Amino acid sequence: MGLQLEHVTKRFGNFTAVNDLSISIPEKEMFGFLGGNGAGKTTTFRMILGLIDASEGEITWDGQTIDYSTSPLIGYLPEERGLYPKLKVKDQIVYLARLRGMQKQDVLKELDYWLSRFKVPEYAEKKVEELSKGNQQKIQFITAVIHKPKLLILDEPFSGLDPVNVEQLKDAVLELKNNGTTIVFSSHRMEHVEEMCEHLCIMHKGKPVVQGALKEIKRAFGRKNLVIHADFSLEFLKNYPGVTRSRQTTEGIHLQIEGEEIAEGILKEIVGKGFIRKFVLEEPSLNDIFIEKVGASYE
Amino acid sequence: MNNFWIIFWHTYFSKIKTKSFIITSLITLVLIVGLTNMSKIIDVFSDDEQGEKVAVIDQSGELFAPFKEQIKTINKDVHLQLFEGSEAEGEKAVKNDEYKGLLILSQDNENLPVASYKAKSIADSTLPATLQQGLQQIKTQAAAEQINLSQEQLGKLYEPVAFNKTALEENAKTEEELNQARGLVYVLLFVIYFAVVMYANMIAMEVATEKSSRVMEILISSVSPIKQMFAKILGIALLSLTQMAAFLLIGYYFVKQNLESMEGGFFEFFGFGDIPVQTIIYAVVFFILGYFLYATLAAFLGSLVSRIEDVQQMITPMTIMIVAGFMIAMVGLNQPETTFITITSYIPFFTPMLMFMRVGMLTLPAWEPLLGIAILLVTIVVLAIFGARVYKGGVLMYGKSNSFKDIKKALQLTKNK
Repeated sequence: MGLQLEHVTKRFGNFTAVNDLSISIPEKEMFGFLGGNGAGKTTTFRMILGLIDASEGEITWDGQTIDYSTSPLIGYLPEERGLYPKLKVKDQIVYLARLRGMQKQDVLKELDYWLSRFKVPEYAEKKVEELSKGNQQKIQFITAVIHKPKLLILDEPFSGLDPVNVEQLKDAVLELKNNGTTIVFSSHRMEHVEEMCEHLCIMHKGKPVVQGALKEIKRAFGRKNLVIHADFSLEFLKNYPGVTRSRQTTEGIHLQIEGEEIAEGILKEIVGKGFIRKFVLEEPSLNDIFIEKVGASYE
Repeated sequence: MNNFWIIFWHTYFSKIKTKSFIITSLITLVLIVGLTNMSKIIDVFSDDEQGEKVAVIDQSGELFAPFKEQIKTINKDVHLQLFEGSEAEGEKAVKNDEYKGLLILSQDNENLPVASYKAKSIADSTLPATLQQGLQQIKTQAAAEQINLSQEQLGKLYEPVAFNKTALEENAKTEEELNQARGLVYVLLFVIYFAVVMYANMIAMEVATEKSSRVMEILISSVSPIKQMFAKILGIALLSLTQMAAFLLIGYYFVKQNLESMEGGFFEFFGFGDIPVQTIIYAVVFFILGYFLYATLAAFLGSLVSRIEDVQQMITPMTIMIVAGFMIAMVGLNQPETTFITITSYIPFFTPMLMFMRVGMLTLPAWEPLLGIAILLVTIVVLAIFGARVYKGGVLMYGKSNSFKDIKKALQLTKNK
């Protein structure tokens, strides 16, 4: 059954934050939410968590509405990091995990595992305010997953982390997914979503603009990227019919084309003009799709 | 264990362990020990003085002996010494701290005593007042003798008039009792006032801290904000009762101990002689109700701010309300029966202090305080329901928020449609 959002709308006064959003996320899947600031991602998450009620529509998990009785099943990493600055990491996690229905002994056992996994076992006795931002983030992540939730909601999990920490956290997220956790996460970073999610949804001003399986979306998008490196000038390709976008690079040109057949034509055109060192037809990146759908105004 | 109790005990234990709480409690305890042992402490310091010496230059030659007798009956600690020497020498001796002061006695042309008193400073008025009082009696006697009044006639002149006061209402408090009650009520009012301000502040800070550190979002995703709010209010309530109990026990212990050593005086004046149980019970009841009223208010006000710096600004109107209640109660101590006081004591925000003051000072029919308590309870319930809704929306609101418009916004957030 997984997580179902059916025609969900949220209005604050006259402002519509989320407009008619319907999503179905199967169990044990990883689902990516993309969108600029103010696209309605956090509002959607808050509605999923039951923090605010939807104005219209219904949200269910395994056919049940989500409320405080289901809170032990759900893990949440909010966009704005929040921990008690003056409390020790251990006390903090014990308190928050007990509120999710865990026993103290189990929390301590799990905490040991997670702290050593993130290679920071000495943090248990430290106050949160003494930790660096990246390390606070790890603690925040542990808080979200320590009770082994069935549904994990990660709002911008990788923002503000260095590449090493991003890898550590990514590994942890993938492991949870392989162990059967349903994960919903949002990000500004297209490559993370592209790398990790089978399904995704791009939101813009409260509306889902693109939605579905990653492969499907890419196929449906139709356009492909063509990268050509050659010794002669390729500038004339800019105006070749079927080219929607082009960018010169030092070594050649990047083109966005409407379909494979255009690439064939281009190849015929340039063969014989000189030495071609590279001619690659690529799937469109999520970034391309995002920019195309949401508009270049973002980023 | 239920989430409610987890938050309840977490609030209680994490607060009771904080340095600031322990330090404030210790300072207050030291103050209480100091106040209840005040007379002992004063004794310790005045022991080494062995009374006060005053040099007397008697220009009349006959006043000193009766004057000395007279002073002895008034205050044994004042020692008069006849000073053989000039006025200048006497002044010098006072300046050198040999004497506390110099008194020059003489007689005017009607043979009545006249005196002038010189001391390094005249800030301490008790010694000259004693001297003046003694001399006044001498003068009265001398004047009476001059107009041939007998000792008997003089006695009659000064005999106080017979004036008996009887209260017709049953259980009405006598003037003496009223004075005693005033002292006790005054002290308890102060305790209620301080406690309510302090703990309401604590709640608002607690909520605002959780909100500004953004831990709130995690909390409300696991426990309903309403449960959270009440667990917190009750946790701090237990904390306050713990603290108050410690203060009261220590205070009571020392008052009891010192009562035996000093009948009358300071404590009796404050009505600690025999503490009426009823007053104490009402004090506890009104303290608890006052706490809940203002704690609920503070919790939802605290939920509206996003930065700790804004807390004080947000709860200022509430604090002013408490201060106003306290001020009115202070005025009311002297005229507890005025209509103004009676009416304001039914306004729920003032009831905890004013109704308590009236109950402590006057003999009220039981329905009056009970009605006050009922109104207070209803207000607390209404405020709690309203506050819980604001709290639920308020904790999700961030941004510059320090106006009361935000209450409306917060309510909107919790609405379904």
